[in-house]
Amino acid sequence: MNEYNFAYLDEQTKRMIRRAILKALAVPGYQVPFASREMPMPYGWGTGGVQVSAATLTPEDTFKVIDQGADDTTNAVSIRKFFENTAGVKTTEETEKATVIQTRHRTPEAKLRKDQIIVYQVPIPEPLRFLEPRETETRKMHSLEEYGLMHVKLYEDISQHGAISTAYAYPVKVSDRYVMDPSPIPKFDNPKLEMDAIQLFGAGREQRIYAVPPHTKVVSLDFEDYPFEATKADHPCDLCGAEDSYLDEVIMDDAGNRMFVCSDTDYCRSRREAGHVGRLAEENAA
Amino acid sequence: MTPLLQVKGIEKRYGARIGCSDVSFDLFPGEVMGIVGESGSGKSTLLNCMAGHLEPDAGQVIFGTRADGPVDTVTMSEPERRMLSRTDWAFVHQHARDGLRMSVSAGGNIGERLMAVGDRHYGAIRDRAIDWLGRVEIEESRVDDRPSAFSGGMQQRLQIARNLVTGPRLVFMDEPTGGLDVSVQARLLDLLRGLVREMGLSAIIVTHDLAVVRLLADRLMVMKSGHVVEAGLTDQVLDDPQHAYTQLLVSSVLQV
Repeated sequence: MNEYNFAYLDEQTKRMIRRAILKALAVPGYQVPFASREMPMPYGWGTGGVQVSAATLTPEDTFKVIDQGADDTTNAVSIRKFFENTAGVKTTEETEKATVIQTRHRTPEAKLRKDQIIVYQVPIPEPLRFLEPRETETRKMHSLEEYGLMHVKLYEDISQHGAISTAYAYPVKVSDRYVMDPSPIPKFDNPKLEMDAIQLFGAGREQRIYAVPPHTKVVSLDFEDYPFEATKADHPCDLCGAEDSYLDEVIMDDAGNRMFVCSDTDYCRSRREAGHVGRLAEENAA
Repeated sequence: MTPLLQVKGIEKRYGARIGCSDVSFDLFPGEVMGIVGESGSGKSTLLNCMAGHLEPDAGQVIFGTRADGPVDTVTMSEPERRMLSRTDWAFVHQHARDGLRMSVSAGGNIGERLMAVGDRHYGAIRDRAIDWLGRVEIEESRVDDRPSAFSGGMQQRLQIARNLVTGPRLVFMDEPTGGLDVSVQARLLDLLRGLVREMGLSAIIVTHDLAVVRLLADRLMVMKSGHVVEAGLTDQVLDDPQHAYTQLLVSSVLQV
């Protein structure tokens, strides 16, 4: 192979991270501090996710990286290459075939299985951070389950915009106990957080790991008269015609033309291969 | 009648120096107690010890809770004490900025305590916020404005509304009129007096302004160097001061 230890990190570091992961799984939603290492990439590029992936990967695993749903953007390509070089694991773009999936800002559209692990990159793990800047105070609020402040944020949303305008990093309550930031996934993905796969969250700069074990209750916070809604653009995908997937809006020209495409590129590709055709794909074919 | 709050032998030291020492008194439901004294006399230390912001070195603060009757709040667990300070207690800071969330709208500020005790109906929370804005004489149209856009007097009134919305039984006030000009002070005092009487609140007011206690307080304690030097009915203490320091304090008030 090469001079790197398997998956870049040394064994003691991986052992330390695995201990944090096990603790995080034992206390769903609780942010476990860990001694985050410097990684050969800048903070904000997924140093937390990479460390969790490195501690999770085995030589038999197949690895997939998602960046905002896509497999072919800078962040996804560089992290995939990183583990190809340092771990020598197989990589794939197909959600089906992957056993470990590292993701930034999306949960795949395909339903994950119990033999898969999904690793989220987290910039700011503390859901209360922008309301309460003191770490000592937010820790106390978590330990005493004082979460009224989280609703103050949602209240502000409604009073300013007439609806809960928080569209990503939408706070959830895990297993009736901890309020958790699900990383900046769109709130469309929130209902998927109750899944069969293990979900791990790594924040490198903030040195926190947390987790949602399979089949754990995850409730999006809301008001009785303003219930939670998993919103998406009201369109079918222009390439594959899917009506159930989260869409990106792409500006086409200066004349105001735009198209909506699945943000999950693997989902879109597999649908097109199965013969589904969207509005713009039809025009091209014609 | 059982007292709402019994303070027994409270002492707080900062190293070798005395913050306050051997303070004891009873506060009955509906009663307003004033604590006056010069700067550094230990009145704020005493207030913070009673409100659970500081841990006293000795003594008891026994509060008559709704559920369990008299309980010593110094030895009760932190979750219980924090719950108490969100429901039955209120704390009005001298600087409204310390007691408000400046980046959250007025409505959100008032609603925070409601949401903290489990209110989850936006419409109901907002209605109560608007109702309370009216009670402290702030226009309904300001409900979505941030406190940073309010004048000092309005901020202080907003802080009071935010504290009283859960219907507390005991209010701690630390120089509630400090830093306001006299006409705004007068309006605030009128408002406070009305609210205290209307809601049957008990209150402990720390101030160095004798006019404030004259207007609001039923009873008065005078503190000097961490000790209570004189206590009694407000009018009695102010009109016939016995202790040399109280006499000095009363005679120091400027007459216009």
